[in-house]
Amino acid sequence: MEIKTLKLEGLTVTYGDRLALDDISLEVRRGKVVALIGPNGAGKSTLIRAASGILPIQSGKIRTNGAEFTSLPPMLRAKCLAVVPQAVSMPPAFTVWETVIMGRTPYLNFLGQTSAKDDAIVRKALQRVNALEFADRRVGELSGGEQQRILLARALAQSTPILLLDEPTAHLDMQYQVALMQTICQLAHEDNLAVMIALHDLNLAAHYADMVALLVQGRLEAIGRPTQVLTPERISQAYHLPVHVVPHPYLQVPLILPIDGGESPNFN
Amino acid sequence: MNSILRRFLPFITNLGMLILAVIFSLAIGSVLISPENLWQILRSWLMHTPLPAGLETYGFIISDIRLPRTILVLLTGAALGGSGTAYQGLFRNPLADPYLIGVASGGGLGAVLAMSINWSYTFWGLMAVPLSAFLFAMLTVLLVYSLARVGKSVPTTNLILAGVAFSAFATAFTSFLIISSEGEVRRALNWLMGGSNQSSWQTILAVLPYLVLGLGYLLFNGHALNLLQFGDDQAQQLGLPVTRTKTLLLVAASLATAAAVSFSGIIGFIGLIVPHVMRLWWGADYRKLLPLAMLAGGSFLILADILARIVLRPQELPVGIVTALAGAPFFLWVLRRTKTQGYW
Repeated sequence: MEIKTLKLEGLTVTYGDRLALDDISLEVRRGKVVALIGPNGAGKSTLIRAASGILPIQSGKIRTNGAEFTSLPPMLRAKCLAVVPQAVSMPPAFTVWETVIMGRTPYLNFLGQTSAKDDAIVRKALQRVNALEFADRRVGELSGGEQQRILLARALAQSTPILLLDEPTAHLDMQYQVALMQTICQLAHEDNLAVMIALHDLNLAAHYADMVALLVQGRLEAIGRPTQVLTPERISQAYHLPVHVVPHPYLQVPLILPIDGGESPNFN
Repeated sequence: MNSILRRFLPFITNLGMLILAVIFSLAIGSVLISPENLWQILRSWLMHTPLPAGLETYGFIISDIRLPRTILVLLTGAALGGSGTAYQGLFRNPLADPYLIGVASGGGLGAVLAMSINWSYTFWGLMAVPLSAFLFAMLTVLLVYSLARVGKSVPTTNLILAGVAFSAFATAFTSFLIISSEGEVRRALNWLMGGSNQSSWQTILAVLPYLVLGLGYLLFNGHALNLLQFGDDQAQQLGLPVTRTKTLLLVAASLATAAAVSFSGIIGFIGLIVPHVMRLWWGADYRKLLPLAMLAGGSFLILADILARIVLRPQELPVGIVTALAGAPFFLWVLRRTKTQGYW
C-alpha cells in the first residue's frame, strides 16, 4: 500500500465537557511541510496526539490513503506514522543507541529481536541528525538540544512516510533551530515525507513551512501558504496582540513582529 | 573482538557466578564433600559408570537432597530476580518488587489457611500448602487488577494503591489466623520468612511449567519493557499494543512469583535489589537486564541458602532472613561505589 497523504476529516476531540478539537479537516501531502500554529492551548499538541491515534476521537476520521488509520493495530500505525513528542524527560539510563533502536519496534521479529538491517537503519538515522559520535552515551548526559535530535532520529528509524513533530524547536538555540528545520525540510522535499509540525515561532513557520494551519481554541481558523495565513489581522486576533507583518529583507517570506505598545500585559 | 567481549561479558560473569554458587551449594552442608569427590560423582553420572566405592552415600546426598534443593533455590531466585525487574519496568518505579501488588500477602494468606488444617501426610496433603498459596496469590492478582481497572486501561497508580491496600488486609488477616489458632505458629512464621524449602524432584516438576511460562514470556519482552519506560503514549506511537502488553507482563511476572513463593515461602529483598545491582553494573537495557537478573537472582539466593544452612547448624534459618541481613549491606556497598548518576 503506497501512502500518499495524511488526511483528517472533521476531527473532533473532547476532554470531558471541553471541546479540544472542533471539526478539523486538513490534508498533509507527501513532500510538504505543514506547520501548525496558534496560541497556547489552541489544540496543537492535541491535534498531533489525535492524528497519531492515541487519543479517543469523538467524531471524524483519520485516513492514510483511504484506509481508516484508527482502526489499524498500533504496529501497522507505527509503520505509517512517526511522532517526535514535545521535549519530554527521557529515561536517562538508556544509551542513545538503545533509545533510537526503539524506533524499529514495528519491524521486530516475533521474538522481539532486532536484526542487522535494523542496526544499519539506526546508524543512518543517527548520521542524519549528526549524533552518531555519541551513540554510546547515556541520554541523561545529553543537552536538551541533543536529546531533541535523538527523538528525531528515533522517529526516522521508524522509516515512515508520515512524520509529526510537536514543537521540536522549543528548547533549542538559534543555531539548532535552523539546523533542525533544514533537516525537516530535506525530509519532506528530498525524502518525500509528509510532515506536520507544531511550531510556536511564527517566523520559523513562515520561513520553512509550505503550508500554515492556524488553530485557535480548537478550531482551524485558516490554512494556506504562509503569506496567505500570516496576515496582521489574523495573527493579531488569534494572539490578542497587535503585530506588524513586513516582508523579509532577503527572502520571499513574511516576517512577524509583535508591537508592544507599552500597555500593561494582557493575560486574558 | 573487543565489542563481542564487551557484549557477552555480563553474561559470562553472571553465568560463572551461578556455576560457582551451584558447586558450593552441592559441596557445603552438614557433611562437606570435597571438590575432588564432587567431580568423581559428577563424572560417573555423566559416563553412566557406577559410583566409586565409598562414595555411594555422597552420591545419594547430592542426587536426592542437595541437587533438588539447589535447583529449586536457583529457580526461586531466578523467578524473583526476573519478576522484580519486570515489575520495576512495568511500574517505572524503583521501589517496585515482585510482591508489590499482593502476590506475597495473598500467597501467605493461602499458605496459613492451609496450615490451619491438619492434612494427612499423603502427596496431596503435602502439596496442600503450596497449592493453596499459589491459588491465593493468583486470585489476589486478579482481584487487584480488576479493582484497579478504569474502563479499558489500568492506571499504574491505581494498581499500586489497590495492591498495597489489599496486601494490608491480607497480612492483617494472616496475623489474625496465626494468633487465633493453637497449632503451628512456628511453621507459619517460618513460611512467611521464606523458610519453607520443600525441595524434591517432584516439587521442581510442579513449579517448572509456571516458571518456564512466566519467565520465558518476560525474556522475550525486554524490548517492550524498554518502550514502556517512555510512557504509554510514546510506547503506543512506537507500535506497542500497550494495554495488552502490560496485562500479559503483569500476569507472567505474577505467575512466576506465585509459583516460586508457594514452594519456598516469602523471600524478601532479593526481587528488589538484584535488578538494581544488575542495572548499576550492566546498564538499563531490559533485553539484557531480564536474563542477567534471573541468573544473578539464582546465584544470590543459592549463596544465601548456603548461609542459612550453616550459620546455626544443625538448625536452619529461614532464607529470607539471610537475604535481607546479607543483601542489604551488599546492596548499600554497590550503591555507594557507583559513580554514575541517574542509572535508573
